[in-house]
Amino acid sequence: MNDSGSSFAKPGHIPGPPLWLLAELTYRCPLQCPYCSNPLDFAKQSEELTTAQWIEVFRQARELGAAQLGFSGGEPLVRQDLTELIRAARELGYYTNLITSGIGLSEERIAEFAEAGLDHIQISFQAADEEVNNLLAGSSKAFAQKLAMARAVKKHGYPMVLNFVTHRHNIDNIERIIELCIELEADFVELATCQFYGWAELNRAGLLPTKAQLERAERITNEWRAKLAAQGHPCKLIFVTPDYYEERPKACMNGWGSLFLDITPDGTALPCHSAKMLPVQFPKVTEHSLKHIWYDSFGFNRYRGDDWMPEPCRSCDEKDRDFGGCRCQAFMLTGDADNADPVCGKSQHHGLILDARRQAEEAPKGLDELTHRNVHASQLICKS
Amino acid sequence: MSGLNTELVPVLRRGFRFQWEPAQGCHVLLYPEGMIKLNDSAGAILAEVDGQRSIGAIVADLSARFPDVQGIAEDIMVFLEVARERFWIEFR
Repeated sequence: MNDSGSSFAKPGHIPGPPLWLLAELTYRCPLQCPYCSNPLDFAKQSEELTTAQWIEVFRQARELGAAQLGFSGGEPLVRQDLTELIRAARELGYYTNLITSGIGLSEERIAEFAEAGLDHIQISFQAADEEVNNLLAGSSKAFAQKLAMARAVKKHGYPMVLNFVTHRHNIDNIERIIELCIELEADFVELATCQFYGWAELNRAGLLPTKAQLERAERITNEWRAKLAAQGHPCKLIFVTPDYYEERPKACMNGWGSLFLDITPDGTALPCHSAKMLPVQFPKVTEHSLKHIWYDSFGFNRYRGDDWMPEPCRSCDEKDRDFGGCRCQAFMLTGDADNADPVCGKSQHHGLILDARRQAEEAPKGLDELTHRNVHASQLICKS
Repeated sequence: MSGLNTELVPVLRRGFRFQWEPAQGCHVLLYPEGMIKLNDSAGAILAEVDGQRSIGAIVADLSARFPDVQGIAEDIMVFLEVARERFWIEFR
């Protein structure tokens, strides 16, 4: 573990601690969701940290100040040492979140995780009806399993977040989605309109909803919020809009390397789970201490502060609010990660976003035209 | 004065955890995928919420510990009501 080496820390810019640690334990997953945020070339990356290496990552991040720990993937349940990882994380004082598809879960494991100290389980659904859910997930049994596991999670006393990634093929069903979440006694519901990274970017023409679809979904969500508030119901609905319909970019990750630390299955440390696509060298936990990685590494300092910004961000009076938006989106859409996020109306590349909106209206792709996320597709895409 | 019944016992909502965070130098309330940083007074009040003692007992205890703070009983009651409205705590 190397604590020394050159520091790329920016003078006058002292980052706060990494409060959120996301442990992407594995890229293995039994489902094939076409909007997966994993990298397209995940099949080439089969290396995974060992149990002891993960626990050392948890220890170091906790020492730096991380309080929230998400077990994610891929599907984290395929790791046979998950109970051991949960127990170690909980003993270190983390609030532990299992972010799962529910596939591979059983009542026995739910009870075992509770005993190990797991604080919360989030289950993701693909849709509120069996047929669309299973079609999107690429699995004929997924929906029934998810329902059963959501009920078991509540039965064992956990708080539960249900997550629905919404897109043009399921967003019109939002009312039924919300009803299902209330029936299942979710404490929090994330209605997250698809963000276009990884496999979702590849499938964007088949996923981006129209503006009318989005506005209708938001209106129905607001009606439900009012209804729940009137009943004193504790369930909270979180509606995430896609930035493709905004004129200003999102303050991505609350700023580069400002509070979020992601570790990929092979131990690469990233400031967000998409950043590996960028032409930036990122450090590995097997080679450097997390302290060095967070405060001094080249990768984590690359987009801190604002001295890297070209116009129109450089002279923009909103740059402290949105940090120029998302570096990954700038890179994917303009070829240069330094550019303003094209979502911004001031970007010279904003036309790309307008084109995507037009395509959503005039020439969308069907459900049957989506490329599913699986090893075969990953190998094909990354060979070419 | 707040309309809260002082015999009620406040308890953290299931899935919410209160703890001291040295790196942030404050108490926080942790919940699924979220964290609320608490100021000193909120931290001092939530530290008393143990699911055993009533609002009245908590008010008496904090009033004795901070005799110089004017209107402390009202402040505690207002905070507990806000915490309930936000579903951080429940009353039993």
